[in-house]
Formats: sequence, C-alpha cells, structure tokens
Amino acid sequence: MAKLKLATVWLGGCSGCHMSFLDLDEWLFELTHQVDLVYSPFMDAKQYPQEVDVALVEGAIANTDHWEMIHQVRDCTQYLIAFGDCAVTGNVTALRNILGTAEGVLERSYIDLADLVPQIPAEEAIVPPLLDWVKPVHTVVPVDLFLPGCPPSPSRIKFVLEVLLQGKKPRLEGRELIKFG
Amino acid sequence: MAVKTLKIDDQLISARGDETILEAAAASGIHIPTLCNLQGVSLWGACRLCLVEVSGSSKLSAACVTPVAEGMVVQTQTKRLKHYRRMIVELLFAEGNHICSVCVSNHHCELQDLAIEMGIDHVRFTYQFPDRSVDISHLQFGVDHNRCVLCTRCIRVCDEIEGAHTWDMAGRGRNSRVITDLNQPWGEAESCTACGKCVNACPTGAIFRRGSTVAEMEHDRSQLEFISTARTRREWVQK
Repeated sequence: MAKLKLATVWLGGCSGCHMSFLDLDEWLFELTHQVDLVYSPFMDAKQYPQEVDVALVEGAIANTDHWEMIHQVRDCTQYLIAFGDCAVTGNVTALRNILGTAEGVLERSYIDLADLVPQIPAEEAIVPPLLDWVKPVHTVVPVDLFLPGCPPSPSRIKFVLEVLLQGKKPRLEGRELIKFG
Repeated sequence: MAVKTLKIDDQLISARGDETILEAAAASGIHIPTLCNLQGVSLWGACRLCLVEVSGSSKLSAACVTPVAEGMVVQTQTKRLKHYRRMIVELLFAEGNHICSVCVSNHHCELQDLAIEMGIDHVRFTYQFPDRSVDISHLQFGVDHNRCVLCTRCIRVCDEIEGAHTWDMAGRGRNSRVITDLNQPWGEAESCTACGKCVNACPTGAIFRRGSTVAEMEHDRSQLEFISTARTRREWVQK
C-alpha cells in the first residue's frame, strides 16, 4: 500500500503547533515509516504538491499569501485539518480584528507605537498585504477536521494521525481532545 | 409541602413541591447544563442552557425557573435541545472576544467547559470582535469586558449576599455591559467593599484578581456556598 502523503502548512500562527508536533519525539521515527512528508516548514519543498492525502494547517488567514496558499492547499488535499486554535478560531492572530482594518492595524503598530522612525513597511512583492480581517480557515475553504488547542498537545496530534493511518476518520470529543486554549 | 411525582428522561422521580426541574433533576443525578445559575443567589433564567422539553407544551422551558408539577414528563437531552445548547454556547463565543489561550481563566472556565460538553470543535458563526474595554482601576481586582457573557452573577452576589449592589447592567442588546456604581471606574466605586464575591462568582475570566496571568485564575465557589448556607447549617467559620 502506498504511504500516506502528509503535508504541514504554516500560515498566520506562531509555529507553536509545529513545535508541539515536534514534541512527538521518538514517535516521529515511527511516523516516517508510515507517511511520506511531502511539504512542511521542516523540509525544503518550494511548491505545494498536486496530490496530498492529509494536511495539517496551522494558523489563521491573515494576509494575501495565506489566502492564496490555503486555496492551493484545499485544491490539492484530500483531507484538510485546521491545526490549532489560530486555524480553528482565529485566536491570538485575530485579536487585531478589533482595530477594524489592515490600515488601522499598521498605523497602530508602526505609527502610534513607534519609538524612533514611524513608517509603514511597504516593500512590494516582499511583504504580503494584510487582510482587513483575520479569518479562521473554515470561513475561507471547507475543513475536514478541527483540531483545537493552543497548541494541540502532542497526544492530541498523535491520536488524530493514528486514526487516519488506520484509514478511519477521527471523531474528536471530550476535554483531552477538543478543549480550546 | 406536598411531594410531586414526575418523569425526567424516563426516570420516575419524586420532588418537593417547591423544587424546580433543575433541582429535582440534580437530586436524581441527572445533569442539565447551566451558566447563569448560581447556588445561593436568585434565579435568573437568562442563559437558556438549561432549556428542557415538557410534554404538553410546545415551548421549551428553562429548568432553573420552572417548578415541578405532578405527572410532569420532562426530556433534557433530545436532539433539538442539544442543537440549541450548542448554538447558544457558540453564539457566546462569537459575541465576545474569548481567547482561551491568553485568558487568566484558561482551564478553569465554565464557558470553556460548556464548549467541551457541547462537543464544540469550532464556531460556525461569524466572530463579532466587539471593541470592549478593560478596567483595572481597582487595587485588587480587574474586569475585562471582552470575556463577559452577561450572566449577571456578579450583580446578584454583590446585591444579594454582600448587600453592596456595586454592580449593575447598562446598555441594551449587543451594547449591554456590567458597570460599577454610576458607570464609574471600579476603583472609584465607593460602594465596593472589595469582598471578592464577584470574582468568585464569575464563570469566565471577566472578573479576576489582579496579578494573575494566563490560566492562574481559579474561582473559589466554596466562599459563596459557605456564606449562603452558613445560617441553615449553623457553621460560622469557613473550613
């Protein structure tokens, strides 16, 4: 049987979910026997592959790069997992929504609170423009599984991957598996 | 008081005539979720989480404020009720700014517990991101309106147990908020005795002890229980 093609994607989040994934420690060796990691911040792959079985998507949709990326991920992925609270709820990444617009956020950060040289960074094609509102993944593309937590604990991540490796769909319930935060 | 016999979730139970469905269910080990309900203070019936189906009535009834009746047949866990309860909790999350990961009450929060109980793995409604304030003018306590679910427990403990009535409600609809004294900063509210009952009554991290950081704020519900039952139990010193 062909190995399951796994991808992990890092959008608007702190990478804490990916750190928690790494906290699976020696189980990661077992995992590498059962999956092909085809795209991830942990590896050198520039392009998101055409056919991915499972993708763990960390982070909310906060800028135009994320917006394009998540559509590409959805188009090429069988089973998309919103990985962690930022992907599921917006979480800390979305706190800036209270300020209303991208312009308001940039002004607050780079003008109002600047100490020395107040200016808004604008290098075209280098810094992707912010979206006015940070969005949870499921409000942009359909999501197959929600894996909450800030970050989701290694045991939570392991539970989900183990069920998927058995060819089944995980069903998450209870404090150990779905508690926010 | 005459004893009433009724059925809750197909279980035959007897209750005192002055008991509510919620009390009768709890006495028989039947769990009905609640949020605005707090033992020792008046009933409110505002959060609607304890809604139950009573045979013969097309309306749903709040178990906390509905008295038991002879021959009553009550269902507490139907598909329809679970659907509404989940919706209510999701709407509470969408209405305020509830960021569990950076909240003082993370791990010790009734809203978070309810989300788990309702099986909420994501919120289907659009988050509102209201622009709400934080007041840390009080020397010992703070109030973060972003985390408030408007259950009015703070208002009721302050008025009915402490007798100070520092807290009250202002505004309407989505602009509703709890206020101290005449909508003054809490630190300037002269009626506040700094007793801390509102802190212990709050189901979320909205009212907290200053200096507590993420996940440190635990509510001491036993303080409220001790005070509200001291006279009947004739216990004058909290163990």
